[in-house]
Amino acid sequence: MELLSGADMIARALHDEGVEYIYGYPGGAALHIYDALFRQDKVQHILVRHEQAATHAADGYARASGKPGVVLVTSGPGATNAVTGIATAYMDSIPMVVLCGQVASHLIGEDAFQETDIVGVTRPIVKHSFSIKHPSEIPEVIKKAFYLASSGRPGPVVIDIPKDMTAPTERYEYSYPKKVRMRSYSPVTRGHSGQIKKAVELMLKARRPLFFTGGGVVSGRASEALTDLVRRLNFPITTSLMGIGAYPQGDRQCLGWPGMHGSYESNNAMHHTDLIICIGARFDDRVTNNTSKFCPTAKIIHVDIDPSSVSKTVRADVPIVGPADAVINEMISLVQGRELANPDALEAWWSQIDGWRAEREGKLYEPSAPGEPLKPQQVVEAVHRATRGEAFVATDVGQHQMFAAQYYKFQRPNRWITSGGLGTMGFGFPAAMGIKMSYPEDDVVLFTGEGSFQMMMQEFSTCKQYGIGVKIINLNNQSLGMVRQWQDLNYKSRHSHSYMESLPDFVQLAGAYGFRAIKVHTVEELEPALEEAFRNKDELVFLDIYVDPREHVYPMQVPLGSMRDMLLTKTERT
Amino acid sequence: MRHIISILMENEPGALSRVVGLFSQRNFNIETLNVAPTEDATLSRLTVTTVGEDRVIEQITKHLNKLVDVVKLVDLTEGSHIERELMLVKVKALGAQRDEIKRTADIFRAQIVDITPSLYTIQITGDGGKLDAFLAAMQPVGVLEVARTGVSGIARGEKVLSL
Ligand SMILES: Cc1ncc(C[n+]2csc(CCOP(=O)(O)OP(=O)(O)O)c2C)c(N)n1
Ligand SMILES: [Mg+2]
Repeated sequence: MELLSGADMIARALHDEGVEYIYGYPGGAALHIYDALFRQDKVQHILVRHEQAATHAADGYARASGKPGVVLVTSGPGATNAVTGIATAYMDSIPMVVLCGQVASHLIGEDAFQETDIVGVTRPIVKHSFSIKHPSEIPEVIKKAFYLASSGRPGPVVIDIPKDMTAPTERYEYSYPKKVRMRSYSPVTRGHSGQIKKAVELMLKARRPLFFTGGGVVSGRASEALTDLVRRLNFPITTSLMGIGAYPQGDRQCLGWPGMHGSYESNNAMHHTDLIICIGARFDDRVTNNTSKFCPTAKIIHVDIDPSSVSKTVRADVPIVGPADAVINEMISLVQGRELANPDALEAWWSQIDGWRAEREGKLYEPSAPGEPLKPQQVVEAVHRATRGEAFVATDVGQHQMFAAQYYKFQRPNRWITSGGLGTMGFGFPAAMGIKMSYPEDDVVLFTGEGSFQMMMQEFSTCKQYGIGVKIINLNNQSLGMVRQWQDLNYKSRHSHSYMESLPDFVQLAGAYGFRAIKVHTVEELEPALEEAFRNKDELVFLDIYVDPREHVYPMQVPLGSMRDMLLTKTERT
Repeated sequence: MRHIISILMENEPGALSRVVGLFSQRNFNIETLNVAPTEDATLSRLTVTTVGEDRVIEQITKHLNKLVDVVKLVDLTEGSHIERELMLVKVKALGAQRDEIKRTADIFRAQIVDITPSLYTIQITGDGGKLDAFLAAMQPVGVLEVARTGVSGIARGEKVLSL
């Protein structure tokens, strides 16, 4: 057996685990590890320009590839800078392993230079965390961390590594475990068959059924099985914001996504359904609106790998704890050869749904007339056309995020990458970098706003260093648009601090890093700019697209109302 | 309703803070908490009493079970069980009251475990209600200090909480 220092063990274990990229930033407590990385060439380290970006980049990589993202930061400020990204990954159940340097063991608790109790700070936002107590534990702890991060309901795992654990002078036997077992952790591998049978009987008898699926179908790689099941039954489906792409959007059976800014037909179908078949979604408050008025006539089948998600906000009639793919496949085998009890009711349900669709057809927004400022929605539609709906799309947070979700139609899972649970401005740019690094042949589009972009714009420098060719679509409405919208609706248009008075010239800014950047003001300028932007897939291009600052995102559910209580435009409501 | 949840968890640094943190993070209530090692050195037993509607208790047990350090868990109040708490209490004990306090302690099967010319230290075990009743009985003479362990419990009969 080989003798390795703790630092070398880390580098080796990451390679043995199959890690391609680590996103990180060095500092005192992590320097032994950085030296070990320098002396190997298997795992590539990407130097970001802020630790928050490291976590978001690893997160973007994980969401696109399905593999855990890996982060390396130093103690104290390095680790605390990573906190927002860890919380973002936690809220959206993204697999991530975060290695944090720590001051040497004998200094812990003494308020040593750059000491932070990062295990304590991150406790509520991790799936689990470890502190290394002896260098020889390192291989097993790393194995456990990857296993925990990516199994069951995925999530971030933090490993705190005091500097003396990685000292080059102390060497121990290294072997990387093939498997780990933990007596207190065994994620379920299948659902309860009796419950699944019960669910299928309800499905066959339902009159107005509706699938409602979420991020669990994406991370559980159950998208194909889901599509099969939904098509066999000819039921309508709505996917949560996190679940977009698990079922092809634009397909006749897909109603879009439900919730605060969900589609008119989704929210109405949700309100009127008599059976929700929820798979891998968690009925969060941005979906349900007022839970006491939520889906008054619906029975709820709730499939989730995490028992604590079931019956948390709304009571499930048929709870099923299990992984999405196994449960869906079992459902498929049970519906095979069976007939619906009420085919006529389903037909009537479809005509009701088609009625809702028709009501809003062509009324979603008004494209700008020549000479008027562009509408953000039409920009998203143009980008969708320019990329044939096949790009990976990362977003920041705000109106632009909602417009991207509404108007970019995804055909596949893992392509829509957004901070849904935490709603982290600044997420998009580094996430897009992480995606592009694992999918260099694909178009990676970032929809951002001038507010969000400024939270992580230092990453231009990282893109320059590694030649990361993401396409940045800055929907520049010269305001914190989503905040402004709420102020319009709830505070008599008192725009308290939602106006960005001193925006940089983004074209010059991108130019300073040597990137192509184009300002777009009019419809006529839009198509040529997009054409230029997408000509070369390896090139970062920044499009600074000025859009109408007065635009609102609609539909918008009325606070405390039911699913179907919505504002439809500035002047119409249901 | 009041529930007594007993947990076997890894005897690891940080495990306790994860359990306690969960309660504050999710706005669950803790009435009493009691932790100590078990006969198996790798495990600690933690007992928590909490009050909540069934829906909340269900969430509490689910979230506790989800913690990687939690190995096993039981809601003792779901079956018949024995619950005990130990209390040490210092009361003022002067003149004629000394006898009166002794008599009351006997009625409660409490023991006087330390004395000074002016006070008694009394030890009493029982369920929470009994301890409360004893404290109420001591109120007129003057309770100076109370140390309660919090509830510990175990199921009646053949049921065993172990790995
Ligand atoms: C880190 C962070 N801070 C604050 C917020 C609250 N917030 C939500 S949307 C928004 C405005 C975003 O502005 P911009 O990026 O320009 O997008 P727009 O809404 O204008 O499209 C703000 C401040 C947030 N989500 N994240
Ligand atoms: Mg904006």
